[in-house]
Amino acid sequence: MGIRKKRLSEIESNDSPIISTHEGGSIVLANLDAMFGWARRNSLWPLTFGTRCCAIEFMAVGASRHDFSRFGNEVARPSVRQADLIIISGTINYKMAPVLKRLYDQMPEPKYVMALGACATSGGPFYYNSYAVVKGADHVIPVDVYIPGCPPRPEAYFYGLMQLQKKITKDRYYTEKKLLKSEKLK
Amino acid sequence: MTNEELKLTIAKLCSSAEFKDGAQFLEVIVPAADLHHLCRELRHNGETAFDYLFCLTGVDYPTYFEVVYHLDSTRHRHVVVLKARTASREYPVLDTIGDIWPTAYSHEREVYDLLGVRFNNHPDMRRLFLEDGWGFPLRKDYVDPVRIVER
Amino acid sequence: MAEYREIIFNSDKIQTDDYFVNIGPQHPSTHGALRIVAKLEGEIVQSIDPVIGYIHSGIEKMCESLSYPQLIHLTDRMDYLSAHMNNEAVCLCIENALQVEVPERVKYIRTIMDELTRIASHQLWWCATGMDMGAMTTFFYGLRDREPILDIFEETCGARMTFNYNVPGGLMFDIHPNFQKRVKDFIRYFRKKLPEYDTLLSGNVIFKERTKGLGVLSKEEAIAWGVTGPSGRASGYSCDVRKLHPYSAYPYVKFEEKLATDGDTFWRYQLRIEEMWESMKIIEQLIDNIPEGDFAVKMKGVIKLPEGEFYQRVESARGEFGVFIVSDGKKNPYRLKFRSPGFSNLFVLNELVKGVKIADLVAIMATLDLVIPDIDR
Repeated sequence: MGIRKKRLSEIESNDSPIISTHEGGSIVLANLDAMFGWARRNSLWPLTFGTRCCAIEFMAVGASRHDFSRFGNEVARPSVRQADLIIISGTINYKMAPVLKRLYDQMPEPKYVMALGACATSGGPFYYNSYAVVKGADHVIPVDVYIPGCPPRPEAYFYGLMQLQKKITKDRYYTEKKLLKSEKLK
Repeated sequence: MTNEELKLTIAKLCSSAEFKDGAQFLEVIVPAADLHHLCRELRHNGETAFDYLFCLTGVDYPTYFEVVYHLDSTRHRHVVVLKARTASREYPVLDTIGDIWPTAYSHEREVYDLLGVRFNNHPDMRRLFLEDGWGFPLRKDYVDPVRIVER
Repeated sequence: MAEYREIIFNSDKIQTDDYFVNIGPQHPSTHGALRIVAKLEGEIVQSIDPVIGYIHSGIEKMCESLSYPQLIHLTDRMDYLSAHMNNEAVCLCIENALQVEVPERVKYIRTIMDELTRIASHQLWWCATGMDMGAMTTFFYGLRDREPILDIFEETCGARMTFNYNVPGGLMFDIHPNFQKRVKDFIRYFRKKLPEYDTLLSGNVIFKERTKGLGVLSKEEAIAWGVTGPSGRASGYSCDVRKLHPYSAYPYVKFEEKLATDGDTFWRYQLRIEEMWESMKIIEQLIDNIPEGDFAVKMKGVIKLPEGEFYQRVESARGEFGVFIVSDGKKNPYRLKFRSPGFSNLFVLNELVKGVKIADLVAIMATLDLVIPDIDR
């Protein structure tokens, strides 16, 4: 998905933004939802929340070979108030869990969470017999995308990121109420 | 110094020390009361000069706790392992050696945090990794049905 | 108005109070989940209190219920930047306890992998140090040169960071046929690139001015606080385990233990750059002479250590890493303790930062090269 050329007759509702070229210029056509989704998914600012090995792999993703700015995921923010995506890269233990919750609460809407690696997904290697580790970050905050691996390869990170982008594209901000009503009527 | 010479020196300083041979390093079991005195002597005596404490840890045994001190000398390059046992398992207490090797302060806090062995005269006996109110997880009888998933 | 002016310029009359600044646990320059409570007077740090445990995962307790080959993978996750050395320490400890002699080939490969890990670790440290002091370019330079090493690791053991390549008695599998060629290519490449590090940061006047004479640690203090690794050697404390208690193939190679006398932030920085040169020298001496042979000795199906206590020290990228195993003759350890270099290195920070500006706290912390999971375990 992305901006693509389309004739006026082909336009459907709930589609990505469309550029239709005419004599004397172009028209961008979209409903507001699609426009917002398109803008949001292409400028995700992640929070640098690194605790364990996955954080190093996250740095590698940001560096020149893998370069996550290709996905608009460029500006890693140290402050949670400027970020819209928490990437939980590493183990969350019981001492850290309230901190993570607080970070999530401070984040402005809309906010997304990505659990990077086995530890954030399920506790990973620390699932059994560990007294300190929370068995998955989703016990603390809601997670949108889980990425397996210990640590995940950069390619796995990108796949997860694209899944999140798909999810954001499908998000509805304005039509949601209407849809709910129509579903109730049925 | 060789292990034999070290043995003689330590026996002179602390008559009630027990020695254990055949291990990787020379192991000395020191009565808890003599620990601080012996450490001070070993640190400041020119012949032994154990100035580098490279490991300090505790072990939980059925009837007592044992705190193990690995000492190295940067001048003579000999190693000795001191072991001190607490009198009981209910109120485990030992003397701090942080005034001799300052690195011991943080290691003793770790031992306190994980095993619950308290150290006398320690200026800052707080929990290190865990929050107040946790049990002492490295004890063999530690159970936590909520947090631990047994396998 | 006049009264105010009198109060402002006559500072004795102002009642000042100490105030505390909390840094972390979510902070870009604490390299993970470290929290530091700094007591300040104005901009000057009076003392700090490191609060750790935000990434404590109870590895030592977990090890007590795992068998020896199983627990090695947990050591990767402690100091993930020198994962190979941590693996090796446990393996050496088990091998020494069982008195198993590993083949020469294993020793060579282990040493080469150790040194590659050390270079990769120092590169990443260099990125982070530059970033902490506001130089973003170092991040891209360092990680650019780290990727070829990760490629070698990936080809050899299938993982980029957490290898689990060592097993008791040898290696998990043999090296890839391309290994020697790729390592040599990398050394040739990195010999050209490492001088760039000096031009970019070490030779930079601003950087020098900022780091020289900052956070001085004397030799006596370094020994007393147990500061090892390049941080200790910058103070003139000769503590290289590779020289003092040689293991694996280190007895066969010639290399210099780099020492400095100043013990300030700049020399802690400089020694790590010089260690990368030494590491390359070690690899060059070994890479062409890897002997033929097995990559592991056959061990028993269930490894049981004899009753007793075993200690093994290795030189990780951050300092002396030790493994202390208390065995009661069963297949899992009775007690296992990791002596992590970062733990001792962190607690000396309070001595180093007294009287420096709060911004320099970050610079000093960066050159101690702290990896928090290594401290918390």
